Amino acid sequence: MIPAILSRPFSEKTGLIPGTKKGADMEILVLVKHVPASDAAIKVAGDGRTIETAGLSFVLNPYDEYAVEEALKTKEAKGGSVTVLTVGGPETVKTLRHCLALGADKAIRIGVEGGELDGLATSNILADKIKELNPELVFCGKQAIDNDDSQIGPRIAARLGWACLSDASTFVLGDAAWSGERDIEGGKESVEGSLPAVITCDKGLNEPRYANMKGIMMAKKKPLEEVEASPMASKVEMVKLAPPPPRPEPTILGEGPDAIPALIEKLKNEVKVL
Amino acid sequence: MSKIWLAFIEQREGKIKKASLEALTLAKNLATQAGGTVHAALIGDSVQGLSSEIAGYGAEKIFLAESPDLALYSGDAYSKALAQAAKDSGAEVVIASHTAMGKDLLPRVASLLEAGMVSDATQVELQGEDLIATKPVYAGKAYKTLKVSGQPFCLTLRPNTLPPQESAGEGTIVTVEAPAKPFLDWVKEILAASTDKTPLQEAAIVVSGGRGLKDPENWKLVEGLAEAFGPGVAAVGASRAVVDAGWRPHSEQVGQTGKVVSPTLYIALGISGAIQHLAGMSTSKYIVAINKDPDAPIFKVANYGIVGDVLEVVPSLIEAIKAAREA
Ligand SMILES: Cc1cc2nc3c(=O)[nH]c(=O)nc-3n(C[C@H](O)[C@H](O)[C@H](O)COP(=O)(O)OP(=O)(O)OC[C@H]3O[C@@H](n4cnc5c(N)ncnc54)[C@H](O)[C@@H]3O)c2cc1C
Ligand SMILES: Nc1ncnc2c1ncn2[C@@H]1O[C@H](COP(=O)(O)O)[C@@H](O)[C@H]1O
Repeated sequence: MIPAILSRPFSEKTGLIPGTKKGADMEILVLVKHVPASDAAIKVAGDGRTIETAGLSFVLNPYDEYAVEEALKTKEAKGGSVTVLTVGGPETVKTLRHCLALGADKAIRIGVEGGELDGLATSNILADKIKELNPELVFCGKQAIDNDDSQIGPRIAARLGWACLSDASTFVLGDAAWSGERDIEGGKESVEGSLPAVITCDKGLNEPRYANMKGIMMAKKKPLEEVEASPMASKVEMVKLAPPPPRPEPTILGEGPDAIPALIEKLKNEVKVL
Repeated sequence: MSKIWLAFIEQREGKIKKASLEALTLAKNLATQAGGTVHAALIGDSVQGLSSEIAGYGAEKIFLAESPDLALYSGDAYSKALAQAAKDSGAEVVIASHTAMGKDLLPRVASLLEAGMVSDATQVELQGEDLIATKPVYAGKAYKTLKVSGQPFCLTLRPNTLPPQESAGEGTIVTVEAPAKPFLDWVKEILAASTDKTPLQEAAIVVSGGRGLKDPENWKLVEGLAEAFGPGVAAVGASRAVVDAGWRPHSEQVGQTGKVVSPTLYIALGISGAIQHLAGMSTSKYIVAINKDPDAPIFKVANYGIVGDVLEVVPSLIEAIKAAREA
C-alpha cells in the first residue's frame, strides 16, 4: 500500500522509499532512555521517593529498540547517519554503547544537574539539542517504561513546530512526507504528515536486530560525546513513590467446574455484571 | 480560589467518547471542592449539536472549534485549537482522558502552553491549594504521587477511573478560531477493526486468553465467554505469548507492550500473570482467573480464582452465565 502522497517507488525489501539522490544524506536522531528491565522487581527505597537500584539490570527502553531499528532501516535505504541522544547520568553510557553496537554512528549524552526532570524540562533540553543538530527525522519510543508518561515525542514536535506520528505501528517515508498507522480504540488510523517529524514507535513497527560481536567491537571506536546542560525547573514535583495499592485478598473459589456456581454468585451480587 | 477547569471532549464521527465525560466529571468534582468553574473544549466538524450533552455534565461554557478540516483528528491542528481554547477560557487546569487521542494531544498542548503535565493519572485530589495526582509507574509496580505547580497545568486521566456523573451546566457556546490548512500532520482515514465490536479499552468486561488455551482453535471459548455477557458488553484480550505465536493480532494484546485496560471485570483464562501482563490490567476493579496451576502468579492479583482446566471450566461457565442472564 503506497499512499498517493508519497510519489516515489516503494522498495519491497526495506518497506521504504529510496531518496532522490544517491546517497542523499539524511540526518536521523533517536532519543533513547536507560530504564530498569521490564521484568525487574521494583522496590521503593527508604526515602519513599526513589527505587532501590542495587542489583537491578538496566536496559535500552523496549520501545526505543523499535526507534533505533527504524532509524537504522531508514539509513540503510536512504543513506545518512544515525545519532542516538539521551538525557541522563554517566550510567546511561552503557545503553548508548549498546545502540552504537546495533549500528548507530554516534552517541550523545546530555548530563544534567539535580534530580529527576519532568516531561517539560526533559523535552525542552532534547528539543534545544535537536534544533542544534537539525535532523530531518527524530525517532523515539512511545513510552518510557519507568515513568510511563508518553509525553516526550509529541511535546518535542509541538515545541519545534514539527509534525508528529505517535504510537507508530507502521511507517513509510517519502521524499518530503511520510505516512503511518497508529492503534486507536477499536481500530487504527492512518496518518500523514510533513518533514521534519518526530515519530514515536510502538511494538509491531519492525523486528529489532540484535547486536553482534563485530558491532560490539566497532562500537568501542565510535564517537560518544558527553555534554552538560542546565534544565529549567520542573513543574511536577515528586511527593512520594509507593508500592501499588494492595489488591483485595484473593479467594480461590474451588477446583474445576464445581466452582462455577460460587463464581456466578459473586458476578451477580458483588461484581454486579449479571 | 476560583479556578477554571477545562475538560477536552473527545468525539469521533460525532459521538462523544465516554472517557472524556469522565475527564469532565473529574473537572466538575475538583471545581466543586475548590470553587471555580468548569469549561469544556470541543473540536470537530459540525459538532455543535453535542453541546447539550456536554452541558449535562456540568460545563458552563463550551469552547468550540469547528471546521470541515477538523472532521478527522490532526494532532497539529487540534493541539493549536485546544491551546487557544485554554488561553481564551483562562484555564488553569486542562484535563483529557488518556485515550489514543488524548495522549497524543495533551503533551503537545502542554508544550504549546509551556505547562507541566501528569499523564495517565488514576487519582487526583486537592490538598489545600495544591493539586495532587497519583499515577502508576514501572508498569504498575509502583505508584508516584506528584504535586503540580505553575499554571496552566495539563493532566490525562486513565479511562474507567471514575463514573461520569450528570450535573446541569449552562453550556454557553464560545467560538474558538479553527486552525486553517495546511496542517503538519493529519489523520487520513480511520481503519476500524470492526464496528460492532466494543473497543478493548472501553469495555466494561474484558475476557483474555493465554497460552493455557493450548490451540488457536480453542479461542472460540474466549470469544464465547465474552459474548455470553451480552452484545457489546465484553471485549476479548490476549497475552503476549499468544500474540507472538500468531494466534491473535497485536491490537488485542494486554500488558506493558500492549493495551492498558481498567474494566469493571477482567477474566484471565490460562494466563500465568507475568509482570508485563499485570502491567496492562492490574487496575481492573475485579479480576477473575482460571488456571490449572494453583501457584500461578495471576492468582495473587485475582479477587476470585478457579483452579482448573480452562477447556473444561469455560464451556460450563458460558452456559451458567447465559442461564443467569436469562433468569
Ligand atoms: C519487554 C517485554 C514486554 C512484554 N510485554 C508483555 C505484554 O504486553 N503482555 C503480556 O501478556 N506479556 C508480555 N510479555 C511476556 C510475559 O513475560 C509472558 O511471557 C507472557 O505474558 C506469558 O503469556 P501466557 O501467560 O499466556 O503464557 P504462559 O506464561 O506460558 O502461561 C500459561 C498459563 O496457562 C496455564 N495453563 C496451561 N494449560 C492450561 C489449561 N489447560 N487450563 C488452565 N490453565 C492452563 C499455565 O499454568 C500457565 O500459568 C513481555 C515480556 C517482555 C520481556
Ligand atoms: N531522558 C531521556 N533522554 C532521551 N530520550 C528520552 C528521555 N526520556 C524519554 N525519552 C524518549 O521519549 C520516549 C517517551 O518517553 P516518556 O514520554 O517519558 O514516556 C522514550 O521512549 C524515549 O525515546
